[in-house]
Amino acid sequence: MNLILALLGGMLIGASALLLYAVEGKIAGISGIVFSATGVERVWKLVFLASLMAGGWLAIGVGASTPHAPVPATPGGITLLLLAGLSVGVGTRLSKGCTSGHGVCGLARLSPRSLAAVMTFMGIGMMTATALRYAH
Amino acid sequence: MNRLVTPLLCGALFGAGLVISGMADPSIVLGFLTLAPGWNPALALVMGGALVITVPGFFWLRRRARPFVAEQFVMPPTRPVDHVLILGAALFGLGWGLAGFCPGPAIVSLGLGQGAALLFVPAFLIGGKIADFVEPLLRHRSA
Repeated sequence: MNLILALLGGMLIGASALLLYAVEGKIAGISGIVFSATGVERVWKLVFLASLMAGGWLAIGVGASTPHAPVPATPGGITLLLLAGLSVGVGTRLSKGCTSGHGVCGLARLSPRSLAAVMTFMGIGMMTATALRYAH
Repeated sequence: MNRLVTPLLCGALFGAGLVISGMADPSIVLGFLTLAPGWNPALALVMGGALVITVPGFFWLRRRARPFVAEQFVMPPTRPVDHVLILGAALFGLGWGLAGFCPGPAIVSLGLGQGAALLFVPAFLIGGKIADFVEPLLRHRSA
């Protein structure tokens, strides 16, 4: 893992969020964009999400290493992945934001809601991943 | 049509950032979230790098009455910190720690045809629908 690439990638994400807010006044929060891609907001949100996927392709095209996320090899692994997806869906919808909406944008807006959300999901995320490691 | 240029550009920047940073690879994310020997703190720099841009940038934007093109800034509420927020963030953290996917990287991985995302993203969408059903019940109980 390259520290420079982590920092550079983070800065690109920050630049994206700042540009979207400065020009269109919109929050670059991925869960919010996915869940509310309806009505008059639908077109720009679908364009953003399609472009998000294209951006991943472009990064690999210019030499970034391809992320690797195969289907889990065991039924238990598949069940865990589906439960994780459900939990992230319920959770980000209830808390109205994820790593981007609360983390990248909300903290920059000095939102107490976002600070509380980030501390909670970072803490629980670390506890969960660590517990899973030691359970194996 | 011109109004789609910024979302187009921002989506691509965001997606590229997720892949370049390592955030789109669940094994790297779990390496950051797992506090054990071999802990890899690099991903802290992803949010750090983003905040280096957004904190001063959003502060600077506060002096403006409106965005450069749109009529107004979207202003999601910054309070209250209530039980629905904390429960939601906790469930998000639980799922994130189990699979190493948060929503942005899951969408990018779906675009790359990664198998895990083909399972995770539909479950994520169903989860959102469940939340729409559950949220009024959670709020009613406390009212």
